[in-house]
Amino acid sequence: MGRYVFKLPDVGEGTAEAEIVAWHVKIGDLVAEDQPLVDIMTDKATVEITSPTSGVVAALHGAPGDMAPVGGALVELETQAEALVGEAAPAPPKPEAKPEPTPAPSPGPRPDPVRMHSRTPPPQDFAAELAKLRTPGERPLASPAVRQRARDLGIDLRRVSGSGPAGRVAHGDLDAYQTRALTPDASPVSVASPTAPREGVEEIRIIGMRRKIAEKMQAAKRHIPHITYVEEIDATELEALRQHLNATKRADQPKLTLLPFFVRALVRAVPHHPQINARYDDEAGVLSQYEGLHVGIATQGPSGLMVPVVRHAETLSLHECADEIARLTTAAREGTATRDELSGSTLTLTSLGTLGGIVHTPVINWPEVAIVGPNKIVERPVVRDGQVVVRKMMNISSSFDHRIVDGWDAASFIQKIKGMLEHPAALFVD
Amino acid sequence: MTEVLKPKVLVVGAGPGGYVAAIRAGQLGLDTVIVEGGALGGACLNRGCIPSKAMIHAASDYAAMMDKVGEGALGIRLRVAPELDFGQTVAWKDSIVHKLNIGVAALLKKARVRTVCGWAQFSDAKTCTVETSKGVVTIQAENVILATGSRPVELPFLPFGGDVISSTEALSLEAVPKKLVVVGAGYIGLELGIAFRKLGAEVTVVEAQSSILPLYDGELTAPVARWLAKHGVTVHLSAKAKGLGAKGGLDVLTAAGEEINLPADKILVTVGRRPVTDSFGLAAMAVDMSGPFIAVDDQMKTSMRGVYAIGDVTGEPMLAHRASAQGEMAAEIIAGHHRRFDPVAIPAVCFTEPEIVTIGLSPAEAEARGYRTLVGQFPFAANGRALSMEGGEGFIRVVAASHDHRMLGVQAVGRGVSELSGQFVAAMEMGAVLEDMAGMIFAHPTLSEAFHESGLKALGKAIHI
Repeated sequence: MGRYVFKLPDVGEGTAEAEIVAWHVKIGDLVAEDQPLVDIMTDKATVEITSPTSGVVAALHGAPGDMAPVGGALVELETQAEALVGEAAPAPPKPEAKPEPTPAPSPGPRPDPVRMHSRTPPPQDFAAELAKLRTPGERPLASPAVRQRARDLGIDLRRVSGSGPAGRVAHGDLDAYQTRALTPDASPVSVASPTAPREGVEEIRIIGMRRKIAEKMQAAKRHIPHITYVEEIDATELEALRQHLNATKRADQPKLTLLPFFVRALVRAVPHHPQINARYDDEAGVLSQYEGLHVGIATQGPSGLMVPVVRHAETLSLHECADEIARLTTAAREGTATRDELSGSTLTLTSLGTLGGIVHTPVINWPEVAIVGPNKIVERPVVRDGQVVVRKMMNISSSFDHRIVDGWDAASFIQKIKGMLEHPAALFVD
Repeated sequence: MTEVLKPKVLVVGAGPGGYVAAIRAGQLGLDTVIVEGGALGGACLNRGCIPSKAMIHAASDYAAMMDKVGEGALGIRLRVAPELDFGQTVAWKDSIVHKLNIGVAALLKKARVRTVCGWAQFSDAKTCTVETSKGVVTIQAENVILATGSRPVELPFLPFGGDVISSTEALSLEAVPKKLVVVGAGYIGLELGIAFRKLGAEVTVVEAQSSILPLYDGELTAPVARWLAKHGVTVHLSAKAKGLGAKGGLDVLTAAGEEINLPADKILVTVGRRPVTDSFGLAAMAVDMSGPFIAVDDQMKTSMRGVYAIGDVTGEPMLAHRASAQGEMAAEIIAGHHRRFDPVAIPAVCFTEPEIVTIGLSPAEAEARGYRTLVGQFPFAANGRALSMEGGEGFIRVVAASHDHRMLGVQAVGRGVSELSGQFVAAMEMGAVLEDMAGMIFAHPTLSEAFHESGLKALGKAIHI
């Protein structure tokens, strides 16, 4: 017969404590593995905590509404395991938790192996044995002052062995219990369980590429007051064209994705909005508007986000553009892209392809002033001329630097792109 | 003009639960308002515990003097019977009550509690209005402690009014009734019935159940039954009050199935108390009920956040000291302290003749809970101090668990045993075992030696029996 102390796992990033919402078990209950034990609420969510093992509930720490510290004992189970199981998932040792009887917040109770073994013969039915050990309704003898102190310390007196007659608990017993509970002795044996709390922490230094991305994103968000604009596009005709072109392409031509069409739309739109195809040096207070369009293509590489650049996109045909995008993104992923190929963009396209989702709020590739990202194409029922029809719909999410681009201009720019993409012939008509 | 108060704590009812809660809250620095429509101190101070004890004391004094008339007693003889000016007795009782009223008011003031006089009417769980003599006060409180108490149960066929009285009126009669019929032989009925018997009334008791003080075992109540018999109090057990007789008195169906009429100047109905839940807008507060009572947890929290309830309105046992303990605790919980209502046992006292004290489990209750018990009973007949104060009747009985000798309960019946209740409580709450009692030295000659001896008896080593 062993004692398994189940501690409150980390239920959310940065959560130090969580509120007990409701117990699903009570003392004496036989619980099976994965059976819900308790509902815990953090400031983010309510989480149902299930039992990592089977056993009989010997103690519950905390009542609904109480705050339970992460890593603090939550439930104690009597298990059938022969050896003392100890604690399944020890909290990371806290250097400040010295065995001084300082009233630390709710120190997790410990099993009392001496008492367990000296008083109970090897049981046949451990649930019945447990019931015998703790007569239902029989409370530990303790004076009111000891009871109050135990409450203040968050100690369940039923778990404290008393040195007095009839097991009466004295202040000294509480001290001893507390010291024991705070001493990291009796090295706990870890039990492999799929639901065991994962309490390990791996510290990774953010260096190299990741640090660069981090710094750039931070600079972008710190410097640029973003405005985000999302519009819906009917891509049915565009898709029909793309599929037709792919079906009829020459052997030496690449397959077309949507991106070359988007680049094409940008090429045709930016002359009307020169301030959008630009780089803004805010320290110097100078906006550099470019005649040529150098499109950054946001690409997920092995070590993070990279933005290779399609130079002078205005000079490229649809298929040349597709070739160039394929070459650059492959180079970026393989780590062979040159420094030149990875810098100098004036406007960035960001697409997650089939992961495109409904909407995103892209972060501008600083010091540019705009970024455009298509979302995923999905067939959706839409109303056309009073009829519900199925169309291939997609959203375009875009962000602009509001210091340079006002909402009106941003909207006009996206509407221009929308118009061209919905009527793809317009992409090719002067 | 409507005044609006927004205190941290609003206490409703200034009985022994409410006023204690308010004082504690005030002491803890919480902005506190208490609302009471009647006199400060509630039923306990104004119509219950205190005035009845005053009457019982005066009655006992009078009876002791009457004993000395004629043949005399203890070698004391009175040639002339003492005179009873009952009006003066009631006035003396009122003066004590008044002194305590003033005391409660002063304590509340000292704790910086604001007292609002009037009846609270709630519109939601945290908001009430009170019509005071100076205008309407609206109170919006962060926390509410409901301490509305209880009132006597009325029998539908014997409504209060005229000569049918409750304990309240019994404590303020103009004269001692010649013939008093008491309906209900619980502790309130017997305390008052015995007092009026001592004051000279002819007293008859009607009880629907088969014994007096039905909540106690026969051994404990036997000395009281003997006193009643000896002093000419007729007790009709298993008898049903039917209503007022056509020519007055009380019609009763006896255990034998006979319809009789008991002549009565006053009929005192003491058939229990019920919680006050109907007169202050409780429905608007949307708290869960537990039968007729407000449901609370062991922190006196109701189902509504920030609303607490204490005392009689939360259930049995309806005792002032329970209410006070809960009130003190509720205030501390509001102040953020870790408190739970977890007494080992709450003592209960009957100020009958002789008195009865119970705490914890009786032998039968202990066995019903699966305990194997050791019971030690020591009679006052073997206690010198008891004999020296004409209190040789009765006993102290200790109930302990046989496996570890922990004390499970104490019962006592005898003259003056109410004052022993404190040591019983102390022993129970401190977790005493029989050996603790055996190991203590009790002062001689006192009644408390019987406590020591009952512990010894349970261990099989009593000295004086």
